[in-house]
Amino acid sequence: MIYRFLAILLLWAGVASAQDMEAPIQQVLQEHGEIIQKSSRRTIGPAIDTLAASGLDDAQAVLERWQAREMWFNKETGAFVFGEEGENRTLILSDVAGGDLGTAPKGDYKQLKPNSGIRGLIGAALVQFQLTAPDAATRAAALDAIERNPEASHLAALRAVTDEPDAELATRSARLERLLTIEFDEDDAARIAAIEGFEGDLGVDVRAALNPLVQTELSFVAAGEADAPLQIGGDITRDDAYALLVSAGEAEAVVTSGEIKEALIANIDGAEVQGIRVAALDTDDARASTYALLSEAGLARPQVTEADINATLAGFDFFRSYTNAPLDVALAAQAVLSGIETKVAVNQTFDLGLDALSLASIYFLAAIGLAITFGVMGVINMAHGEFIMMGAYTGYVVQLFITDYTVSILVAIPLAFAVTFSAGVAMERLVIRWLYHRPLETLLATFGISIALQQLAKNIFGTQARPLTAPGWLDGSLVINDIVSISYIRIAIFVLALLFLALFLFVMNRTRLGLEVRAVTQNPRMAASMGINPDRINMLTFGFGSGIAGIAGVAIGLYAKVTSEMGADYIVQSFMTVVVGGVGNIWGTLLGAGLVGSMQKGIEWLNPSNTLAAQTYMILFIILFIQFRPRGIIALKGRAAEA
Amino acid sequence: MKKLLCSSALVMLAAPAFACDAPVKVGVLHSLSGTMAISETTLKDTMEMLVEIQNEAGGVLGCEIEAVVVDPASDWPLFAEKARELLTVHDVDVIFGNWTSVSRKSVLPVIEELNGLLFYPVQYEGEESSKNVFYTGAAPNQQAIPATDYFLEELEVEKFALLGTDYVYPRTTNNILEAYLQDQGIAENDIFVNYTPFGHSDWSKIVADVVALGADGKKVGVISTINGDANVGFYKELAAAGISADDIPVVAFSVGEEELSGLDTTNLVGHLAAWNYFQSADTEANETWVASWKERMGEERVTNDPMEAHYIGFNMWVNAVTAAGTTDVDAVRTAMYGQEFPNLTGGTAVMLPNHHLAKPVLIGEIQEDGQFDIISQTDEVPGDAWTDFLPESAVLKSDWAELGCGMYNTETSSCVQLKSNY
Amino acid sequence: MADMALHGVRRPLIVRHPSLLIFLTCLALFTVAVTLLAEGVGMGVISTSFVKTLGKTLCLCLVALAMDLVWGYTGILSLGHMAFFGIGGYAIGMWLMYARTEIIVRDSLAQAPLPPTVTEISDGIANQIFGVVGASEFPAIWALAHSFPAQLAFVVLVPGLLALIFGWLAFRSRVTGVYLSILTQAMTLALSLYLFQNDSGLRGNNGLSGLQNLPGFDDVPQSSVSIAFFWASALALALGYLLCSFIVSGKFGSVLRAIRDDEARVRFLGYSVEAYKLIVFVITAMIAGVAGALYYPQAGIINPAEIAPIASIYLAVWVAIGGRGRLYGAVIGTAFVSLLSSWFTGGQAPDINLGFAVIQWVDWWTILLGLSFVAVTLFAPKGIGGLIDLIEERRSPDRHGADLGPDAGALREKEASK
Repeated sequence: MIYRFLAILLLWAGVASAQDMEAPIQQVLQEHGEIIQKSSRRTIGPAIDTLAASGLDDAQAVLERWQAREMWFNKETGAFVFGEEGENRTLILSDVAGGDLGTAPKGDYKQLKPNSGIRGLIGAALVQFQLTAPDAATRAAALDAIERNPEASHLAALRAVTDEPDAELATRSARLERLLTIEFDEDDAARIAAIEGFEGDLGVDVRAALNPLVQTELSFVAAGEADAPLQIGGDITRDDAYALLVSAGEAEAVVTSGEIKEALIANIDGAEVQGIRVAALDTDDARASTYALLSEAGLARPQVTEADINATLAGFDFFRSYTNAPLDVALAAQAVLSGIETKVAVNQTFDLGLDALSLASIYFLAAIGLAITFGVMGVINMAHGEFIMMGAYTGYVVQLFITDYTVSILVAIPLAFAVTFSAGVAMERLVIRWLYHRPLETLLATFGISIALQQLAKNIFGTQARPLTAPGWLDGSLVINDIVSISYIRIAIFVLALLFLALFLFVMNRTRLGLEVRAVTQNPRMAASMGINPDRINMLTFGFGSGIAGIAGVAIGLYAKVTSEMGADYIVQSFMTVVVGGVGNIWGTLLGAGLVGSMQKGIEWLNPSNTLAAQTYMILFIILFIQFRPRGIIALKGRAAEA
Repeated sequence: MKKLLCSSALVMLAAPAFACDAPVKVGVLHSLSGTMAISETTLKDTMEMLVEIQNEAGGVLGCEIEAVVVDPASDWPLFAEKARELLTVHDVDVIFGNWTSVSRKSVLPVIEELNGLLFYPVQYEGEESSKNVFYTGAAPNQQAIPATDYFLEELEVEKFALLGTDYVYPRTTNNILEAYLQDQGIAENDIFVNYTPFGHSDWSKIVADVVALGADGKKVGVISTINGDANVGFYKELAAAGISADDIPVVAFSVGEEELSGLDTTNLVGHLAAWNYFQSADTEANETWVASWKERMGEERVTNDPMEAHYIGFNMWVNAVTAAGTTDVDAVRTAMYGQEFPNLTGGTAVMLPNHHLAKPVLIGEIQEDGQFDIISQTDEVPGDAWTDFLPESAVLKSDWAELGCGMYNTETSSCVQLKSNY
Repeated sequence: MADMALHGVRRPLIVRHPSLLIFLTCLALFTVAVTLLAEGVGMGVISTSFVKTLGKTLCLCLVALAMDLVWGYTGILSLGHMAFFGIGGYAIGMWLMYARTEIIVRDSLAQAPLPPTVTEISDGIANQIFGVVGASEFPAIWALAHSFPAQLAFVVLVPGLLALIFGWLAFRSRVTGVYLSILTQAMTLALSLYLFQNDSGLRGNNGLSGLQNLPGFDDVPQSSVSIAFFWASALALALGYLLCSFIVSGKFGSVLRAIRDDEARVRFLGYSVEAYKLIVFVITAMIAGVAGALYYPQAGIINPAEIAPIASIYLAVWVAIGGRGRLYGAVIGTAFVSLLSSWFTGGQAPDINLGFAVIQWVDWWTILLGLSFVAVTLFAPKGIGGLIDLIEERRSPDRHGADLGPDAGALREKEASK
């Protein structure tokens, strides 16, 4: 042990002498040592610029490893080194100028942690080295860096690269070159050409490049000097126009009530102001008239009246001018932008439609089990939400044991069905079967089960949300363009909803079970006399509905969260979906889900700053809707409706 | 079944012999059941650990300290009831408790009526200074403002999306931030504000809106005051949309080590959080603290910011009681002003006359292991009860030592009220 | 009912309902006993916080009476009565907050060099009340918050009006049974979601707080305030009980029970079923509003979580456990379950050590409550009240082939005989 310690000590002594403080790259770093150690984006600029422009062979490596947080400095000497964390709080060091430096205790060094702002700057500086790198990934990183922090110098660098072998990167690079042309090129004709090349392009980057060009500024000249002055009251508000004049020192500001108050207080003389009793100054009118007395006496500046404002405004013309680009560039940008904007609006509506569809499929998924138990059997199951929760927790537990996400989901889905199927069957046998003719009591009894299950989940899993992670191939989203995109997990839910619909239709219309279920729901006694066992059918149907809720739980858990209260979030919505759609008809449930989903998205769109309001208004709408169509969108007719 | 022991009173074992016969009682008012239990149970355990450590060191004033634990069950009216019970039935000398703002507002009238003493350990929206409460968590200027400065200066963010859960903390914080950003020259149009319900799960449209903010060529940053469960869906949607921290950074004020344990953080690496404490703080005091916590509670448990707040608050209280020589509320309160105690993150926390602490502000990047990498640490920032960035509050000042008022109007030079707003 | 048929002549309510007399006597004795034992006025055995708990329980009993009237007697399982209860609390809470804040603001502005204008005062109040939730202007619904009589009227008028509109829409389109239950639940959810918004003007999630401090009574200690509210709650419960007894005793009550048992038949007999239901729905909503207005000043804070659908479900649970269709059942059930509940969740109940696991009632009480509720619906549809039947050894009326339970489709004879 002692020997080992000595060996480290010796090694350490060797390291200190081996470090080449005179190496040019170390010199450059030391020159800016203070700002590099301070590590703030505001001050780091010169250090990165000097490094990048130094022309030293090591500069690229230093920048890259600095960006990757592999650079450390000695707390005493300030010498910069590359370091990797070794065992027992040691660092494996190497010299910035190349060369192994052995290991050292971690405590002697401090890591440089460039924040993402600095990493971006380093990335931008590295572009000149990386753009021609042999490795495609590095070249892609360089393009990323340009996209994030474009600089004028990048334009030349991009144009210099003419032989990009990778087709995808070549397209990206060409597009970036055009975007940078718009931003940095000196030649207006080239800029206009580039701008016009983007006609109809929906990319956020295009709009990001064009929008700054069409920035305008409000200014004014003496009346009659502008060609087409803005209409006050029409193009600009009267207040804005006057405020502009005030800020330019061309007009007196309106006296505010605060100013009046201050002036009055400053001029209190005993218990009076200008002969008016202070106690009488408890209305705005009294204060204003006393202030007028003050200004007459020359103790305060005069009020600015409406007539004064009008007179002042009449003396000026107001106009807007482009501030960020020459006129013809700005006009070209404006023309292209307005074309893009219409297209953006159309695409946004489409995207909203996709969102609504996705929400509808989630509601449908949550409600389809209920469409069976409530819709077909007429049993109110308030614990339906807890079956969803049980399914989701099943998924979570499976993931604890099976770490491969794809396999775990494939196992979780049938397992969730099995778990909730058995729970449903147990509940039907033990509770619901005794209450078939007492719907209100079913409601309350199942609610009792619901709160018990919720608390049980809390006791077992805690109240914190549990992770249920989707397999890698469901990560990310399907990007149609920069506006329209939808995550794969939502597509999966949509597909699952369709599958369930198909399954439901198949089971109900094409199987013996479905036939028997329909028979039992329509007339249990007649069905029984035909040799069908209604008890068994009720049990299976209820189990089937519950099992589907369990699978829905896995899907919902994947996209949102797994908590003990997740079921309660969906239960009222699910009942609404079924009731709005029309009880006893799966197409009705589908329509109901569509209506509820698109309603909610529609209201969210109208009132984007508050999502909560959307839910409130949606429920109110549903309450009203049911008043006018008490039996839902698709109402069953005839005897079935009375059952 | 990881619920821990929660008997109503915990008597310390193996404590040294104490000179006095009646123990000094410390009330612990944290929910042990209901929705807030997961966050607050941790704080109850922290308090029990702190009391135990203190008793091993000889208690206070030669007396043993006894923790009286009650459960307000995440039910806001019940907080008031239990606070009254602690002060009148159990006769506690001080209460450590509360998490949500609304529970604090519920307790305030009772504490003020009965002249109790409360240590509140969670970051909050400010705009309050009660004579009977010491705020050991961060005020907005100790968390939100420095984080926003970081966005403005280090990340050059020019356009802000303020996303929050619809309740008082995000509302007030966002109001302050809006005013602050406009002072910093950010146009009103460049600030996008959105509120969502508790536990919100459908984030696709909001995330799309945030992405669309980039359309005018300005760098977008998200300041998130989203609370609790809703974060899961939010970060999942963020990851699905492929938004990296380098494109649109997100800084969160309510996401700490404890919250991240419910998430798969691989997709969140690089996003930020601002607190006064991170478990990864590299000091010896913190190492000891984390080690004793893990030893007591289990290896997988993490420490977080409100725990440090209780750590500082409790130790300051012990020192103040020792200095005052009594547990009398008024004497202890006077002794609290100017109390100093070393932070776990280095430096020293000071109790100011406005009942807030001076603490450093840390900004950390989320790492794959669910911990934070501290990339920025300021000097101690004095907590400000009334924000300087809202016109109504800018004129207010709190100073219980000199002025004896928590809501002093500097314009009219008068005390608006001695009790607080509920 | 049998009595009425026999005697025909109207005798005083008390005589017709001996249970009424017993109930009122018990309530009076209880009130006096608590007062004598209380901390504020009496011997100090009962702490102020427990007096408040008892006072709040009396308010809950009152709203349970309303629930029993609408569900146990009329057969409408409303899951919205706690919403009316909350509205009552909000209505009185607005005045309490406004008036208390106004005193503070006036005192503070009186020290300013200039006398305040009306707008300055109202801005000051708005800033104090809404500053906490990041706003500073009075929403329109606070227009009458300064007026105590107006807000007092709102305590009954707003729940009444909401019940009238909702009930009229629902009953008119013949929404009955579970559909109505779900619809009332949706109404409650919509209201609580609405109130959760900060923009609702009622301080969002924070709600109204500091309600225990009565404006102008700063010097009165809470121990006395709590007794005053306890008395007020007891009085309200007594009056509510009288009102409900009166409603269910006469012909009106018979029609209500008939609607519960067979709505269609009553309609064919020429009664306006909708009108009867609407009247009961509105009256009970008003009773709930009054109960809420007395409850929340004792609780000290009201926020939207109080209105969440689960609260109304608990209300139904209390009534069912106490025994539907009898007024004292509702009171007994509520007092029993809510006090037991606060005992269990208060951490006073001893843990049960099963060897392999420790049952902590804080965690397991809700499960027990949920399961006991299932048990009551399955095995004892008459609830605790059924025990009293056993004591009286009264045989249930012989109604062969009819439902045994109190509402349509209740426990059937052939099911009961199984």
